Amino acid sequence: MLLDKSLNELLTGYRDKSISPVDVINEAYGQIEKYSKDLNTLITVRDKQDALRHLKTLDPHLPLYGLPYVLKDSYSTTELRTTCASKILDNYHPPYDATVHKKLKDAGAILIGKGNQDAWGHGASTENSDYGMGKNPWDSTRVVGGSSGGPAAAVATRMCAFAIGEDTGGSIRNPAAWNNISSLRVTYGRVSRYGCIAYASSMDTVGPFGKTVQDLATVLSVIAGPDKYDATSVAHEVPNYQNELQNTPKKLKIGIAPEMFGNKLDTEIAQNSKDFASKLVEMGHVLVDISLPVAEISVAAYYILAPSETSSNLGRYDGIRYGSSRDLFTQESMRRIMVGTYELSSGYYDAYYRKALKIRTLLINTFQKAFDKCDVILLPENPIMPPKLGDLISDPLANMLADLYNTSVSLIGSPSLVIQSGFHKNGLPIGVQLVGKKFSESLLLALGHSYQSSTDWHAKGPSL
Amino acid sequence: MTYQLICGAEIHIELGTKSKMFCGCKNDPFHAKKPNIYTCPVCLGLPGALPVPNKKAIEDCILIGLALGCKIASISKFDRKHYFYPDLPKGYQISQYDEPFCTAGNVDTSYGPVRITRVHLEEDTAKLQHATVDGQKVSLIDFNRSSVPLVEIVTEPDIKSPEQAKEFLKKIRDIVRSLGVADCDMEKGSMRLEANISLSKDGSLPNYKVEVKNINSFRYFANSLATEFLRHAEILDRGETPIQETRGYRADTNTTVSQRTKEDAADYRYFPDPDIPPIVISREWVEEIAKRLPELPSSKIDNLVAMGIGESAAKILVSNQAMINYIDRVKTLNQKYVQEAAKDIVNKKIDYLTVTPEAYIKSRESKSADMIFEPSLLTPIIEQVIAENPNVVADYKAGKIGVIGFFVGAVMKATHGKADPKITTKLLINHLI
Repeated sequence: MLLDKSLNELLTGYRDKSISPVDVINEAYGQIEKYSKDLNTLITVRDKQDALRHLKTLDPHLPLYGLPYVLKDSYSTTELRTTCASKILDNYHPPYDATVHKKLKDAGAILIGKGNQDAWGHGASTENSDYGMGKNPWDSTRVVGGSSGGPAAAVATRMCAFAIGEDTGGSIRNPAAWNNISSLRVTYGRVSRYGCIAYASSMDTVGPFGKTVQDLATVLSVIAGPDKYDATSVAHEVPNYQNELQNTPKKLKIGIAPEMFGNKLDTEIAQNSKDFASKLVEMGHVLVDISLPVAEISVAAYYILAPSETSSNLGRYDGIRYGSSRDLFTQESMRRIMVGTYELSSGYYDAYYRKALKIRTLLINTFQKAFDKCDVILLPENPIMPPKLGDLISDPLANMLADLYNTSVSLIGSPSLVIQSGFHKNGLPIGVQLVGKKFSESLLLALGHSYQSSTDWHAKGPSL
Repeated sequence: MTYQLICGAEIHIELGTKSKMFCGCKNDPFHAKKPNIYTCPVCLGLPGALPVPNKKAIEDCILIGLALGCKIASISKFDRKHYFYPDLPKGYQISQYDEPFCTAGNVDTSYGPVRITRVHLEEDTAKLQHATVDGQKVSLIDFNRSSVPLVEIVTEPDIKSPEQAKEFLKKIRDIVRSLGVADCDMEKGSMRLEANISLSKDGSLPNYKVEVKNINSFRYFANSLATEFLRHAEILDRGETPIQETRGYRADTNTTVSQRTKEDAADYRYFPDPDIPPIVISREWVEEIAKRLPELPSSKIDNLVAMGIGESAAKILVSNQAMINYIDRVKTLNQKYVQEAAKDIVNKKIDYLTVTPEAYIKSRESKSADMIFEPSLLTPIIEQVIAENPNVVADYKAGKIGVIGFFVGAVMKATHGKADPKITTKLLINHLI
């Protein structure tokens, strides 16, 4: 398939006319027609003729010229309705574009669809969607992961060249690992959040899904940078991440925390992470023992802060303005709104919210100390393999624990790269995450790229 | 039973910045030709939109704090205040909770000081209009006002009388206007008032308070204090305590009406707005803002008094900027006529609007040019006056030195007012010894 090629190969092919962007877009729509309905991958698909007309207006020299992409349905788009996978916004057509969408459009990329997700980002499976449970392309009886499950599956099934997810407590990382693709949770502030429907504002981040780390670098170079519409975006220099991939890091100190390999972790996933570490050693890096003693309580802190913020962020869907009743919130969303409202109530703020903020500070200090000893921290991505559809939704606590390795990173605001690292004996993919210091995206991407240069886990796709 | 009125004020003032508090929309709700023309995703609260604070509004808020003698925080933040109302599109108002920009100020009144608890910044709400369209009663929302920067000034319960309230509120308005940051138009609603009222038997803070809203003039504020005083006194006389509640002032009947009791008071669920990083206020920044402080009325009076102008005249002068400008000009031209000019303006001896300061000084100078300073010219007249009044001379020599005024008057009469009084007095004393 043309869409198996990297973004760079496609772009080079477009320029020397060996590949036609029309063929690539047709191929993407072909995949969408074949699989999206069955897997509940996309919520809304752009009219193909509209996309092709848009292609004709583009300058072929643009950095992402003609590349079809999918956005998580949490991004405000003027071309397509934006539902956030909730019937509350079933008929909401935004009058403005999210900054990330605008930047991609300006760079010549073409939006072709909006990806399924857990409504409002509430979940780690894409089961909590009002547009059908997202199914895993590797095994359609299992969850696709989430909350950005749709965009992840769209990349895995070649419905697009790349996709944009949104990660609050693991929403980009978890589905990347369960779909055998690469993804990046960026440093908080690296990419503008403007136009991304908020789940938990202090942890929401905008990041790319790609077939490879190299593709992530290509997209990140376009979407990173400060935005006058986002006061939390940071004016940190944006390097050319593609060029930075060539600076292959040598003799990095890779931190491994024994606390992160406890009994909640699937034994095969644990072994996979160890194998990954051995490969890094083989590549000339050094393993360092670090300690992350408070990481386990990060889930508790996360599940106080995130619901508190979401109870506030969702207050505007009051049943009047967007035309749909509040009854349409999913059980998972209602649970989080109720919990958050309770935690912020007078008399409880100190007991919950303030305490969680203290844990957050403690976590930042703990990771700071760890990063004094190492350059990158290696963590498993998911503690478990993707469950059967319906298992997580009937067990809310298990749903939360699926975020075990993600929430601590979300709370400290660090970047985290998820890459394909092998397969479970049941044939499903496994991923690891490489966590770096703030704004160390270049280093993480270069490390991931060099790993993928000597492995081929990322080359395998689901048999559909 | 006699009671002491105890009142604290909450004053909301819309800033006159060019753009709104958290977006680039025009801040001009009162001159908008149509509803909902100054709107964008941010002030409409659309999904995904984010607030970016207006630096000028923050500076204006700090400027007001400085003018009211407040301490300026070194770190401040914005918080979300949650409640449901159709004029609040996000379901929360961005305000400041426990770390306002300004705290602990003070404003003097002739009845005593009024301490300022805090001055903070928030966003205004949209405006609701209840109308009938096609025979149907509807509520319409105009978002032109949504997210207009709003400063809230909160006082300690230091206001003791309606008269003091009026003086204090006028003073706040004059100060804020002199800063040039707001027009404080009560009629349009760009300045809004609330009173927290209770009565004390012994001056200590009572265990209840009643909040009165919907007050749109200083007079109504004073009236609401007076009417509430009578209402509370009657309840207290019965041995009961007034209910802690929010009441609305009704100007037509000069009464207050209960709106909301404590039982259904809102829990605002304040928490720091995660969309806006904390704001660090450096000393240098505050100093830069302080440069915009014009001279405030109280220090203007002090300056005038220091020039030798009487305090009562100074108070009249500061009420009128044209008068102040006149005195400043006179001072620049020739400092020795400042006191005289102040007296002449206050006593309406000259029309400061028609006589220029230059013309005024010229007339003073020509008047003094005719003066007789020369002792050799004055001495014969003085000798004559002394010779003509031996009895008065005897009084003087017997110790009644006040009679010197009689001789000065006589010399003035003889010279048609042209004798310089200082030199005349000096010469007279020499001759009388």
